[in-house]
Amino acid sequence: MDNRMNVADRDGQDQVAVAGAPSPALDDAPAKLRFRDDAPFESPIAPLADFLAGGNFAAVRLEPGDDARALLPHFGRLKLIEVAFPRFRDGRGYSSAAVLRQAGYTGELRAAGDVLVDQLGFMRRVGFDSFAPNAPLNLKVVQATLDRYRYVYMKAADGRTPVWALRHG
Amino acid sequence: MYRYDEYDQAIVDARVAEFKDQVSRRLRNEITEDQFKPLRLMNGLYLQLHAYMLRVAIPYGTLSGTQMRMLAHIARKYDRDYGHFTTRQNIQYNWIKLEQFADLLDDLSKVEMHAFQTSGNCIRNISSDQFAGAAADEIADPRPYAELLRQWSTLHPEFSFLPRKFKIAVIASDTDRAAIQLHDIGLQLRRDATGALGFRVYVGGGMGRTPVIGKVVRDFIPVGQYLSYCEAILRVYNRYGRRDNIYKARIKILVTELGIEEFARQVEAEWAGLAPLGLDAPPAEYERIIAQFGEPDYDRNAPDTLDLSDPDFALWVKQNVAAHKQPGYAIATISLKPRGGIPGDASSAQMDLIADLAERYAHDEIRVTHSQNLVLAHVRKADLYALWTALADADLATPNLDLVSDIIACPGMDYCTLANARSIPIAQKIAAKFEALDTQRDIGELKIKVSGCINGCGHHHAGHIGILGVDKKGEEAYQLLLGGSGAEDTSLAKILGPGFDENGIVDAVDKLIGFYRSARSAPDERFLDTYRRLGPAPFKEAVYG
Amino acid sequence: MPRVLTGNRLETGDVLWWNGSDWSPRLSDAVAIGDEGEALLARLIAAERINDPALIDVTGAPGAFIPTTTRERVRASGPSVRADLARGSLSVEAI
Repeated sequence: MDNRMNVADRDGQDQVAVAGAPSPALDDAPAKLRFRDDAPFESPIAPLADFLAGGNFAAVRLEPGDDARALLPHFGRLKLIEVAFPRFRDGRGYSSAAVLRQAGYTGELRAAGDVLVDQLGFMRRVGFDSFAPNAPLNLKVVQATLDRYRYVYMKAADGRTPVWALRHG
Repeated sequence: MYRYDEYDQAIVDARVAEFKDQVSRRLRNEITEDQFKPLRLMNGLYLQLHAYMLRVAIPYGTLSGTQMRMLAHIARKYDRDYGHFTTRQNIQYNWIKLEQFADLLDDLSKVEMHAFQTSGNCIRNISSDQFAGAAADEIADPRPYAELLRQWSTLHPEFSFLPRKFKIAVIASDTDRAAIQLHDIGLQLRRDATGALGFRVYVGGGMGRTPVIGKVVRDFIPVGQYLSYCEAILRVYNRYGRRDNIYKARIKILVTELGIEEFARQVEAEWAGLAPLGLDAPPAEYERIIAQFGEPDYDRNAPDTLDLSDPDFALWVKQNVAAHKQPGYAIATISLKPRGGIPGDASSAQMDLIADLAERYAHDEIRVTHSQNLVLAHVRKADLYALWTALADADLATPNLDLVSDIIACPGMDYCTLANARSIPIAQKIAAKFEALDTQRDIGELKIKVSGCINGCGHHHAGHIGILGVDKKGEEAYQLLLGGSGAEDTSLAKILGPGFDENGIVDAVDKLIGFYRSARSAPDERFLDTYRRLGPAPFKEAVYG
Repeated sequence: MPRVLTGNRLETGDVLWWNGSDWSPRLSDAVAIGDEGEALLARLIAAERINDPALIDVTGAPGAFIPTTTRERVRASGPSVRADLARGSLSVEAI
């Protein structure tokens, strides 16, 4: 898994935000964390109902109660799926991501909202490759979190090799 | 038993480092308590009435002498010299300091232990049969499958923020010593008509506020595919379990609301997509883990006879010792319910002694039972007398297994923030009332289970007699329930009538037992069977009439 | 009915009561909290150093307050089943 970060604030410059002591440059624009090499795609993001109703959207937003599988016929025209986390304790978005990746979606998959640094490892594993947290994250902690686990027990959407495969070649 | 390899140890070490970092960020106020709480809970750390409480995971209730000795060390160094074995086969400490927690986790990790996922809305410690590997009636040792589940569920990225906690139990015999039908998922290892190994899968069982007996969601899933099948169940639960009401968030509510047929249909549909993804461990991994739970190095010449001339020893053997599948061996249960004691509590000195005895007499293995006792599963019959003598010297040989004084009690309001009433004093008073062993033996098997609140950690719904502490206008009060069972004949206890105060509940239990002794059809008819035969009416009359 | 302020220290989990200017491990040091209680509570919650801070009802006079609920009496006394671990802020018999 490539956990190198491309971090850009609204001016496109690298920024480091420290939680608890927010950087002045970031007081009104949370850092975005993106783990993709393609160009960031910015366009109107449609709620699921609007997206399904037609219209020429290439980006859609899934709320926790939305059925991610409704997007399966539309992967061809989707460049960005944003999964909302209104509260960090609501874990439905993890399954939304896993469902989308397992169904073959390869576009940008963004976790947005109450996204905390201690969730990033799990989110990367289920297939998120960009993040729009409400509150700025301490990027040193982000990097440490993402580098934390050299081994994982189970397969997930990120394609990392589980330890049972390492054990038995 | 299972030993960590470099991968297991690396994952535990990384987890400890991660939580140390999280604690230090909390102590520096870089994260709020609201953000920190789920993180500490996922590391087993609660804030209770008096201090932090730590719940250490004992996977499927099995530990070595070295591990038990470390638990004693933890009690001495970081706590107040004792620990509390729980109905989830874990151990809790009641006086932990957050600022010492990092050192404590380091100590635990040195003996392949940790506190991961012993709380929080994630997959909890996997529980199993305390007689695993020793019971004559098992298909195979269920613990390798519990270990596979442990690994699959540890830091599962999709299932760490579930609607609510999730408990899985695994057994491998028709006799159920793990209450699998009262778990979110219960797995029973069995063979199909062709002789192939697989699991019958129960789902949606549980106690707590809304007790439900689990239903069979699949009669047979081949052993090679049960992990992906569990993943499908968890996927359906994570997506559709209720999140609007904490009291309706367990999977049992989802299964009840959908109906088992529709729930099963959804799981099968999910599994159809997951099964081809290669989520299940390969046969070589099964073999690697099964090999670690291989038979102990039995003494094949061990005599199969016992000298029962010491009557106190004979009493203990009769009550606390069970048959072993290997001739010349026996299974010994260490009672943690001594006269006047606190159910499940053990001092560091007792833990050290049990560690020594396990190494000397029991192939270095100890089990924790969901009844808050300990088991030495592989003891030569020839060593039983020496074992008993050593246990008796430490107040660990009370011959009361499954008797009226072998009471399950949660910590209750003596420790727990959730409790509405104290549990331990009730257990102590009932046990004192029936102190005479002759009386206890005459009453026979009677499982009394006491919870201090509706969450039911004391399993009151599975008690032959269940007692539930409630708050009645600021005073402690107790409801009386009858007819529950957590065994293979699972049933849910029902409220008998109006509640009582502390002394009233003890008197009521006395009356129930008095009536039972007069009404049983034969001396060996159990309390539960008399209740099932006669129904609640005469018991109600005996208590309230 | 008088009220006192209680909570648990973040670092240790220790049970504490507000003595008017600081936290004390003894209920006998607690002062009655007047109308300023809610504002004080809000400040403490925001400071994130004391967990589960709460205003609780007590009876009696300063120096000998007794909480009105069993739960708070247990917090002041220690576990009723372990007299050897008694906290000393309230006798076990008073639970």
